[in-house]
Amino acid sequence: MNPSVLSAEATTEAIARPRPGSADELAVWNLAATVVDPEVPVLTIEDLGVLRRVAIEGATVVVEITPTYSGCPAVDAIRDDIAAVLFAAGYGKVEVRSVLAPAWTTDWMSEAGRTKLEQYGIAAPAHRGAGGTVSLGLGIRCPHCGSMHTRELSRFGSTSCKALYVCQRCQEPFDYFKEH
Amino acid sequence: MNHSNHVVSSAITAESIADSSVVAPEAVAQYALGLGDDALVLAHRLGEWIANAPELEEDVALGNIGLDLLGHARSLLTYAGTAWGKSEDDLAYFRGESEFRSRQLFEQPNGDFAATIARQFIASVYFAELYRGLSSSQDPTIAAIAAKAVKEVDYHVDHSVQWLRRLGLGTKVSHERMQRGLDAMWPFVDELFRADPFAAELDGIAVDPRPLRAAFDGLVPRLVIESGLSVPEVAAARGGGREGIHSEALGPMLAEMQVLARAHPGATW
Repeated sequence: MNPSVLSAEATTEAIARPRPGSADELAVWNLAATVVDPEVPVLTIEDLGVLRRVAIEGATVVVEITPTYSGCPAVDAIRDDIAAVLFAAGYGKVEVRSVLAPAWTTDWMSEAGRTKLEQYGIAAPAHRGAGGTVSLGLGIRCPHCGSMHTRELSRFGSTSCKALYVCQRCQEPFDYFKEH
Repeated sequence: MNHSNHVVSSAITAESIADSSVVAPEAVAQYALGLGDDALVLAHRLGEWIANAPELEEDVALGNIGLDLLGHARSLLTYAGTAWGKSEDDLAYFRGESEFRSRQLFEQPNGDFAATIARQFIASVYFAELYRGLSSSQDPTIAAIAAKAVKEVDYHVDHSVQWLRRLGLGTKVSHERMQRGLDAMWPFVDELFRADPFAAELDGIAVDPRPLRAAFDGLVPRLVIESGLSVPEVAAARGGGREGIHSEALGPMLAEMQVLARAHPGATW
C-alpha cells in the first residue's frame, strides 16, 4: 500500500481516538470507552469517535465527549453512563464535558464499529469526499442481503444520524448511518 | 492537546457551559442572542408539524431539522446567557415578545406544507451562508457552534431543494401551492440581509449579513426557475425583528411555547 495512504489513515485514527499517554489517564479512557450509544447499542462512544479526551485534573477526572449532531438528545444519557461507570470503578469526582470543536464527522467511526454496525443491520456511512458543489449520492449497500439495488425512502430517519432506505431486492427496509 | 484547542474545548457546550468559567463579552452576547432567537423560533415552528405532516417521513424530517436548529439555539442562548447569569431556559421561556430578536421570516405561520418548504428553503440557504462565515469567527465559541451547524444546515438545504423541485414540477395543484408558498414568504427575505445592529462593532467576530445576499441571489432564483416556478416580485416587509418588532404571529407562538415553563417555574423532567 502507498505509504502516504497509510499515514493518512494513522492521522485520522489519532484524531478520532486521541488516547491519553499516561497510564492513569488511559485507565480512565478504557473505562469510558465501554459506554455505548443508547440509540445504537452495538457501538461504543470510542467506536463512534464521540469520546474526545480524558484528563486527570487534581482530584477530578475529566472526560470530554462531542455530540454527533447539535441537538442530539443521546448526549445526556451518555454523560450519565460515563459518570456511572467511573463512579462504579471508584473514581470519586467525575466531570463530563461536551465539546463542539472540532466538529464530529462519521469519518471518525472505527473500522470495527463499521463492521458491528453492518452486522446490526444498519448500513455504515460512506467516507466523505473532499467536498464540491454537487452532492452526489453513492449507492448504499443493503446490510441484509448485500445488494446495491437500494432506494432512499427518507433523508431523515429514527435519529438525527440516520436515513431510511429500502432494498429493492430483498424488500427489507433498513437504516443508513448518514455520512456527516 | 495544545493550548488553543484546550480553550476551545472547555468553552463550548449547551450543557456544561454554565459550569465553565467562560463568559461571553457583552457585545458578543447581544449578537448571539439574536442568532439564537432565529434558530429557536424556527425550531418551534417546525415542531408544530410533528404528527401533522403529509407523510410520516416528513414528520420525522421536519422534526429532525427542528432538533438541529434547537441544538444551535441552545448553544447560542447558553453562551449569550453567560454574560448575564441567565440560563438558556431563562432566555427562551421568560422573555416577552418584544424582547425576542428573531427576524420575522422565522415566526411566519407554517401555512400548508409548501409554505413551510418555502420558508425552510430561504432559511436554510441563509443559515448555510451565515454559519459558513461564522465558522472562522475570532470568537472560539461562536466559531465552534457555527462549524458544527454548517454541516447540518447543508443537509437542510438539500431537503428543501428536493421538495421545491418535486412540488414545483409536480401536479398543477402542487405547483400552485409551491408558488403561493414562495409568494407568502418572499417579503421576509430582505430583512435577513439587512445590517445586524448587534454585529456592527464585532469586526472579525460577527458576520455582516449584507454581503451574503450575493450568494443567495446567485443560487436561489436559479433553483426557483429550474423548479418551474417564478421568483416573486413582492414588496419587502418592514422588518425590525432584531429591534423586537414582530409580526402578529410571534405572540401566540410564544404563548404556546412558554406556557408550561411559566406555569411551573423551575420544573425539570
